[in-house]
Amino acid sequence: MPAWISTSITEAAATARTGPATWLAGLRRPPGPRIMAMLRLAVFLLCGLPAAALVAGLFQGQLGANPVETLLHSTGVWSLRLLLVTLAVTPLRWLTGAAWVVRLRRQIGLWAFAYAFAHFGVFIVFDHGLALVPILEDIARRPYILVGTSALLLMLPLAVTSTQGWMRRLGRQWKRLHWLIYPAAVLGLVHFFWLIKANRWTEPLTYAALLALLLGWRLWRRRPAAADTVG
Amino acid sequence: MFIKKSRTSDVLPSEITPESIYRDRRRFLRTSALAAAGTLLAPGWALSKPLDELEPFGELPASDLSTDESLNSFEDITTYNNFYEFGSGKEDPMRLAPGRLEHRPWSVTISGEAEHTGEFDFDDFMQGLTLEERIYRLRCVEAWSMVIPWAGVPLAEVIRRANPTSRAKYVKFYTKHDPQMFPGQRSRGMGFLASIDWPYTEGLRMDEAMHPLTILATGLYGKEMPSQNGAPIRLVVPWKYGFKSIKSVVRIHFQETEPETTWNQLAPNEYGFYANVNPEVDHPRWSQATERRIGEFFKRDTLMFNGYGEEVADLYAGMDLHKHY
Repeated sequence: MPAWISTSITEAAATARTGPATWLAGLRRPPGPRIMAMLRLAVFLLCGLPAAALVAGLFQGQLGANPVETLLHSTGVWSLRLLLVTLAVTPLRWLTGAAWVVRLRRQIGLWAFAYAFAHFGVFIVFDHGLALVPILEDIARRPYILVGTSALLLMLPLAVTSTQGWMRRLGRQWKRLHWLIYPAAVLGLVHFFWLIKANRWTEPLTYAALLALLLGWRLWRRRPAAADTVG
Repeated sequence: MFIKKSRTSDVLPSEITPESIYRDRRRFLRTSALAAAGTLLAPGWALSKPLDELEPFGELPASDLSTDESLNSFEDITTYNNFYEFGSGKEDPMRLAPGRLEHRPWSVTISGEAEHTGEFDFDDFMQGLTLEERIYRLRCVEAWSMVIPWAGVPLAEVIRRANPTSRAKYVKFYTKHDPQMFPGQRSRGMGFLASIDWPYTEGLRMDEAMHPLTILATGLYGKEMPSQNGAPIRLVVPWKYGFKSIKSVVRIHFQETEPETTWNQLAPNEYGFYANVNPEVDHPRWSQATERRIGEFFKRDTLMFNGYGEEVADLYAGMDLHKHY
């Protein structure tokens, strides 16, 4: 592991230790490689579960009267949920002091991208039969599709540069690039809100509140140092 | 269950009896059965109906106005519904409606600019009207569609019986308003997040209401109307987006001015009063050029007036349908 990564993790752990959660001391110790591998597998299975359920449901005819709509909606919503989980990793690290949770973050982020990509795939295949011109027209003419597509395009470089190799190559720039997850999440949420007919506000409002909390927490953390002693 | 309606006559040999006599006899049976039942009914008697208790109507006359396209299954039609009175999810109505929607007692009020107004018990209201099977395409404003075998009567017959005055230019319809029965009617908007102002209302111009395609449906697939599809009686206007076909109707009102209608009030830029199916006029948020027929994976082209242009286009001659969407 390059020095700058391990340093930043140690730094983060040090900051985290000043956090309120002293009762989770055990969690702070980084797990051994075998436990870590199991945790990664658990994350893989959990994140893959909705996809597996959708595929199984599709072949068993269990996705309701309009399976394409179910596929479209579920993949979109799961992308948004997993984006929120990805954004919750840093606050979780701070709250628990368990710096190692960051090592699970890449996979969750990649799953969020995979669901967004599948979402887009269902749209271009089943709504448009892969006809390029209608797809581009739809993106250009429907603001909510434009916004959703933008969110996906913002996530694309993040997925590509998520490897160790790219982290090394980009160095400090990597973090700046991956700041794009914030606009991607906001756009994804706007895309969701835009489609709501009357009375269906509960779910998008919940995600909006969570996103506001996760982003608000970051802003609060970055407030002027003078006030930083309160925490 | 207290009562078996004699709407199905499994004993009557209609083959050997002239139709008029057969009908009269059936009507007599129905009336006497109702009268007998009426004496037995305790006040507050109410009846909700699970899908498997819906009474079949028996053989219904077919109609030239029916399409011969292949039908959506009873399962499709009863599991994928927009009926916001039970929630905004497509699966909410099938989950909640059968246990809550009380099909009886039910009454329909005729009011406004008409000679024969008043509140009618549902079965009295239906008396003298002959149910027909009408197989129609239904195109939802959300860009999906189905083919549904309705059982219903022409709305025109009901209107003629009410004998509207010359001032009756429009017909307004109301869904029953009872938050106990329709839990969705308890939901209200939250500030800028608008919600439906209950009860749900819809409206038609008089010539649209009198059009032979327009029916009041009391069933589908040869049986009584399932709760989730708007039991016991609903409007069906096949050349308009589905939201015009108001469910669980309790009032039909004749008036001179264009009625306020639910979705039009909620989002006038998205849902017009006319709401004719029109592939050339997009919803502000999505295209109306194509639709997904339930049961198919890929989309198909949407037809002008949902394919009923030959029958209804002249109703809108000279109108700018981009303006009157």
